Amino acid sequence: MNTEKLSSQQLQTLLIGEVEAGLPLVPKPYAEIANRLGVTESQVIDALEELKADGCIKRFGVIVRHRELGYLANAMVVWDVPDQSVNKIGELFGHAPFVTLCYRRPRRMPNWPYNLFTMIHGFDRNHVLEQVGRLRDLVPESEFPSATLFSGRRFKQRGARYSSTFLNPEAPKTRISSDIKPNLIT
Amino acid sequence: MNQETIKLSKTEQRLLNDFQRDLPLDPRPFNHIAEQLGVTESEVIEMLRRLKAGGLVSRVGPVFTANRVGVSTLAAVAVEPSEIVEIAGMINRYPEVNHNYEREHKFNLWFVVTASTTSQLRQVIEDIELKTGIEVLVLPMLNDFYIDLGFPIEWRDQVEH
Repeated sequence: MNTEKLSSQQLQTLLIGEVEAGLPLVPKPYAEIANRLGVTESQVIDALEELKADGCIKRFGVIVRHRELGYLANAMVVWDVPDQSVNKIGELFGHAPFVTLCYRRPRRMPNWPYNLFTMIHGFDRNHVLEQVGRLRDLVPESEFPSATLFSGRRFKQRGARYSSTFLNPEAPKTRISSDIKPNLIT
Repeated sequence: MNQETIKLSKTEQRLLNDFQRDLPLDPRPFNHIAEQLGVTESEVIEMLRRLKAGGLVSRVGPVFTANRVGVSTLAAVAVEPSEIVEIAGMINRYPEVNHNYEREHKFNLWFVVTASTTSQLRQVIEDIELKTGIEVLVLPMLNDFYIDLGFPIEWRDQVEH
């Protein structure tokens, strides 16, 4: 690892701390961040480009809050899908426009049999349930157990804070396994 | 504040819907939006400030890919409904916790823990178990099937346009 590479990585790490809570709403936000960090505006822009290019930043733009937009009901809908078809079904569900998250997670038997997690936002409960039905219709040939966990009170919501975070450049682009072993809590 | 109590202009609706991704990494990104919307840069900035103050916009910035920056996991606990506010408060005290929702299930409190390292993440979860005396269901992401292109907003008819 050469020095130049290292410093670009340090800049990325600092930058993540600066942008995670959002850009300053001023005409030249990258210049303002650069000023805070004691670097140039183009260094900031280049470092953000790199973070986007290598997939660290998934999306960059206006981040809305669903509930405030009138999507008053939302549910985490969890599915117990056979392991051999979870990738196929996950891809199908993950591309539905009303799904906002679609993850495979481990089962925790006997308490938790579900391995596929989707998040669905709707104006009301019926709207959400209707969309759950539309997901079911995507795989008409199979029937698997699911549970619809409607959200109640929101006790906390904000973007993750990584202020003291180190960036892990060795992380694979698509993570299959996790650092956290499924038996973390036995 | 929500769609019912805040009147959104057509321009604001477009601002919320059309710029959820690909904000240009250009020295003046809000000017780029302004050109698309046919308004001035300072109007865009004002609108964003107002929408942020009203809670409709969480921020203008990045969504990081899970587990590429730091490590995180979804977690849940099953608590007595009468104790949920107290337990939620205990869990919220950890700066590593960034989401915490009540959900309708035996496991009724769901939160996300994000830390710099796996060991820090474990520590937080073990500490939560110790303090609350409740076993935490730990559900780290194994595969991400969701391509995040932003959320296409449907505007309800009764909302004034």
